[in-house]
Amino acid sequence: MSATEFFQNVVNALQWGSFYALIALGYSMVYGVLLLFNFAHGDIFMVGAYIGFFVATAFLALFASGVGIITLPSWAILVLVILATMFLTSFVGMAVERIGYRPLRHAPRASAAITGLMIGIIFETSILAMFGAQRMKFPELLPGLASASQPTFGGVIISWQKILIVGVALVLMLLLQWFVSNTKWGMAMRAMAFDFAAVPLMGVPLNRIAALTFALGSALAGAAAVLYSMAYPVLDPYMGITVGWKAFVAAILGGRGSIKGAALAGFLLGFIEIFAATVFPSTYRDLIAYSIILIILVFRPHGMFGEEHTARLRL
Amino acid sequence: MASKLTNKAAFFKQTPALGWLLTGLVIAGLEMAVGKPLARFLGIGKIPALFGFLIIFKKPSLQFPFIFNDLGIIAGVIVYDILIYLLPLVLVTWLTYRLTNRVAGVLYRKSALLSVLLHILLLYLVLRLWTDISTYRELVTRLTMIAVIVTLSLNVINGYMGEFSTSHPGFMAVGAYVSSVFTMALFTQSDYFGPARLPASLAPVFFPIALILGGAVAAFSALAVAIPSFRTRGDYLAIISLAYMFIVKSLFENLEVVGGPRGLGGQPDLASFPVIFVWMALGIWIINNFVRSTLGKALNAVRDDELAADAMTVNTRKTKMTAFLFGAFWAGLAGGLLAHVLRYINPGSFGLQKLAEVLAMVYFGGLNSVLGSIVGAVSINLLGEALRPLELYKWIVIPVILILVMIYRPTGLIAFREFDLVEIVKPKEIKEGDDATA
Repeated sequence: MSATEFFQNVVNALQWGSFYALIALGYSMVYGVLLLFNFAHGDIFMVGAYIGFFVATAFLALFASGVGIITLPSWAILVLVILATMFLTSFVGMAVERIGYRPLRHAPRASAAITGLMIGIIFETSILAMFGAQRMKFPELLPGLASASQPTFGGVIISWQKILIVGVALVLMLLLQWFVSNTKWGMAMRAMAFDFAAVPLMGVPLNRIAALTFALGSALAGAAAVLYSMAYPVLDPYMGITVGWKAFVAAILGGRGSIKGAALAGFLLGFIEIFAATVFPSTYRDLIAYSIILIILVFRPHGMFGEEHTARLRL
Repeated sequence: MASKLTNKAAFFKQTPALGWLLTGLVIAGLEMAVGKPLARFLGIGKIPALFGFLIIFKKPSLQFPFIFNDLGIIAGVIVYDILIYLLPLVLVTWLTYRLTNRVAGVLYRKSALLSVLLHILLLYLVLRLWTDISTYRELVTRLTMIAVIVTLSLNVINGYMGEFSTSHPGFMAVGAYVSSVFTMALFTQSDYFGPARLPASLAPVFFPIALILGGAVAAFSALAVAIPSFRTRGDYLAIISLAYMFIVKSLFENLEVVGGPRGLGGQPDLASFPVIFVWMALGIWIINNFVRSTLGKALNAVRDDELAADAMTVNTRKTKMTAFLFGAFWAGLAGGLLAHVLRYINPGSFGLQKLAEVLAMVYFGGLNSVLGSIVGAVSINLLGEALRPLELYKWIVIPVILILVMIYRPTGLIAFREFDLVEIVKPKEIKEGDDATA
């Protein structure tokens, strides 16, 4: 592999990893605060992509130059689409929490994992029933971006789209980090992660914090869905499975409830996958990615940034 | 009024297992004798394979009012079910519960073991007669019996050990592939492994060896999960086992010797109904004895409090390891059986969907309970088959049912119950004029 090829792969891996990182954050926060595997999260991502599709279509019809009522520049439409999708997807997450997890708050956590799994299946089936098996094409939000002259660096093509995707992802991660470490609600979330039993007794509203955690995680999944659909503009009801489960593994790899860990592990997974696919036949990608994860977990059982804890699935 | 009704139906509670089996025999016999003419008379055509659910749900129209099929046919199916199933069920149990109680008492006093064996034989006879009606019914029953083994083996890990393992499809895949390669290489002429090496008549003899080999390799591969995850406590078994599942799937997808992603087909038809029944009975018996042994009790202790168990001289690591490998063995064995029923396997079928299915069966039926696993496997399987005509909507109905079960009974329908065959074959006490609530 030449140096150019290598750096090209690094750029690709950064884009691929930012999807994983954004989704992994949702898993990681829910797992950190509520000690719960939110197996529906991958499908929340998928629903987010469909929400993004409708939001993007609607906003393009409303605001795009030439057709819209008010003309907005396309970057503003993009920002609006991302924000609206994040907002709407957060309600999906809160609904999942309300229906699937809140009634099971004092039940075995494994049972909650089953409800999550089942809600995911319901999402997939409903989307399939509503839109059929035909794949939908995500509209182009920034026309001209692909045809514009792309920045290159010593032969490595760094497209505008990749800069945009990685940039938005990083901004969102920093915002989340700021929210969790600097606001009152973030402090409540951290406290809950520290002691799930005692903190509600101190007047912290457990249900609202849980809903907030789900809302934040799902909003990030919604943003990831829009970015993902910009890069791979084909929607199908099972897109959440492959990406979602890998992001789940990345979340655990990062360490329980660690935002930094989940983000870095997401990027790491992206690097592993991209480089595995360039060195070996691409069918070996999953095999190598999961094997490396297995090996890392053998040596760092609490993840890369996780603290040792004795939590386990209660019965 | 209510107590009067319970009084009237008290014989249900006083019917021993022998009585139920006798009823089953009568029903199966009745269906064999008059099922076909009755079905034709009622306008259904042929005998409804699964209590008529397939007929009732056929061609669902989602417009109000939700009419699934011709009302006449639905009425016919209901009449059929009442005449063939419900009526004999009530009548035979009511007429014979005193007699069967007496017989069960005699048998039980003579030898409990003999009585148990007789019951199992009767169960086999009932199932055999019932499934003789249609090949579809037989196939569903065979798959259900395999599901019972899988569910039980996962319950050992997720229920009795209290961990959350997600690697069962992986174990099944390993078992399925290993046993398939074994039987195909020895007894069939195939593109993969060349000509048959042994005469096909020897195949039934070697089939158990193939299955046990498959289970053993699955158990051995389970070490890859067990060794890292049992060093520390926590949820890491869940993640490591998930990674294991994906690794196994990806591995078989890349193994061109066994067909790669196209899969492996043409296994010899060895997993017939009696063979699967014997393996299921054996599986239930061995797993039940395992969880009721000292080791099983130690396993429960580890689940409830590992530190305390350790203090009480339980070797926690060894206990968990044994149970995990034990569960993996049976999952691999069931995978081998499955491969020889379907006679085609591909890596894609041992993925997340299989995982959701197996987990659903365990948690629906009930944790820490052999009976619960049997109930869970049978009900989810039959439900899946009964709702098959709903096509896509089946995957909304079943998850909704499961979510409701989880919300109202978080540990499943029949959780934390001991399963004792000797207790089951015991005659019931007959209480005269007493409302049988006890």
